[in-house]
Amino acid sequence: MSLRIEAVSKVLGGRTIVDSLDLEVETGQLASLLGPSGCGKTTTLRMIGGFLRPDAGQVLIDGQDVTAIAPERRPTAMVFQNYALWPHMTVFKNIAFGLKLRRMPRDEIRSRVEDVLRTVNLLHHIDSHPGQISGGEQQRVALARALVLEPKVLLLDEPLSNLDAKLRERVRDDIREIQQRVGITTVLVTHDQDEALSISDKVAVMTGGRIDQYDPPSTIYRAPRTRFVADFVGTMNLLRATVHDDHVATGDVKIPVRGAALGVEGEWDVGVRPEDVRVSPSEGAPAQVARVIPRGHYTELVLMLGEQRLRAFVGPGSGDDLPEGATAHIEISRALLYREGLLHQA
Amino acid sequence: MGAWARRAGVALFVLAMLLFVIGPLAWLSLRAFAQTWEYPRLLPREWTLHWWETVLEDAQLGGAIRLSFVFAPVTVLVSSVICLPAAYAFARHDFPGRRVMLLSLFATNAFPKMGLFITIAGLFYSLKIMGTFVGVVVVHVLGTLVVMTWIPAAAFAAVPRSLEEAARDAGAGPIRTFFSVTFPIAAPGILVAMIMAFLASFDEAQGTFLVGTPTYITMPTEMYTLVLNYPEQAAAVFSIMLSVPSVVLMLLVRKHVMGGRLAEGFQLR
Repeated sequence: MSLRIEAVSKVLGGRTIVDSLDLEVETGQLASLLGPSGCGKTTTLRMIGGFLRPDAGQVLIDGQDVTAIAPERRPTAMVFQNYALWPHMTVFKNIAFGLKLRRMPRDEIRSRVEDVLRTVNLLHHIDSHPGQISGGEQQRVALARALVLEPKVLLLDEPLSNLDAKLRERVRDDIREIQQRVGITTVLVTHDQDEALSISDKVAVMTGGRIDQYDPPSTIYRAPRTRFVADFVGTMNLLRATVHDDHVATGDVKIPVRGAALGVEGEWDVGVRPEDVRVSPSEGAPAQVARVIPRGHYTELVLMLGEQRLRAFVGPGSGDDLPEGATAHIEISRALLYREGLLHQA
Repeated sequence: MGAWARRAGVALFVLAMLLFVIGPLAWLSLRAFAQTWEYPRLLPREWTLHWWETVLEDAQLGGAIRLSFVFAPVTVLVSSVICLPAAYAFARHDFPGRRVMLLSLFATNAFPKMGLFITIAGLFYSLKIMGTFVGVVVVHVLGTLVVMTWIPAAAFAAVPRSLEEAARDAGAGPIRTFFSVTFPIAAPGILVAMIMAFLASFDEAQGTFLVGTPTYITMPTEMYTLVLNYPEQAAAVFSIMLSVPSVVLMLLVRKHVMGGRLAEGFQLR
């Protein structure tokens, strides 16, 4: 276990920001802390990096307690949200700074900086100043500056938030690819679920200073453990409904559930992913098509079942040709049941 | 018609301002090279370098010039040692009385200078630093406290914390971080403050006059004697020499730093 956080808490300005949080990241894995602003994800990252001292709990790296160790002595390296490159130093000097502090011979510094710049594909900018290169390039310099120190844990604080949409995807893939190649244990903080789901081995969804769920991305998406995670990650229809064995009833409308029986009855919060809503011309509960939103490779339908709004993602030939105002018939192929915010485990 | 009148008005105004600003300087420059220059004539009748010789060869005047160039750098040095750490503390730390202390620095500028110096003189007599080098330096440093604290404090505050954190993260201790990251980035603002302190010391007359005379006579205090005892041509020569460092330094400041840097001094909360 490369990184372990045990019962860490932090109070800032009288508010509990991180509340007795536990987290384990295995060697070489990339874990994301995902959550809305104010959920404590950045505070957690800063405690791992040593910029904040926890009020309680421990941070362990390779089994060694580093809770009381200053950032300059921790085997961690951080890529800051705004990159925090030193504007008065060239790219070379920015990256060499940490190596010089380690009293490495000049030739070795030179070759290491060149190596890491080759890794991030920026060797040609070795003598540029940060102000002379683009945002995406600055981002990669910041990554190189962290990687060159060969830290045991790499920390990324919202690394993509300052990039435009197109660049974001590319840099995201670059980060994942480099992380895999170097095999470095990484913690990434983000509020962007796409980012978290697409490059992480495991995602920790945070709210109110705690982790609601810590699982691989597919589990987070397919089986959100709490109502909060269900609502926060991806698009989720949440209905207050009465559950019967083969259908759920909301108001007067009975929506048939196909496939496995739900196995319980009674009042539940029912979560349905839009892709699990099946639209057909005749079978199932009647619903009004309120809006048709073309999404390119699929179509999003906003359906009204009486007062209840339901989103459906449909592919070609399975309901995407319905006009607004038409009546569609829907079935559910998969439903998640929540009571008191927690998922019902079948 | 209206536009024409407005333009003429502006032109007239600019001309008047030019006359107002340049006029005295031009008069001074002419004066310094004039042998005789009577009222109705627009230019002096005879030209001479005599007054420059007089001033440059006068041992006391030369001494005053040298002394001014000693006090100014010493003042900047002492003021830096005192004010720069204070500025950093104001910018980076929150401590009890921070705001009160920051604002009270203005006290040295809030009271009439002469009144302040009379009080200081009383204090200096009991400390036995009246008429000493130390006494003069103290008076000069007092005059630089505001600029040497406020401007560098704003410059330090403008250095993003994440840049310092990145240095710590890379393995630098707090002191190394300060000298490798914080100071170089804040340097232009600090340089502006230092130049302004240098000029303030260079121009300081009242306090030096009271505390330093007769042992320490700097260029501005020598001006008093000059105005009373020499023909005005010599005074003209002297004031030109007095303004040379100011002009040179101000041009340097303008070229290299300026702009927002001076305004930064007033953005500190």
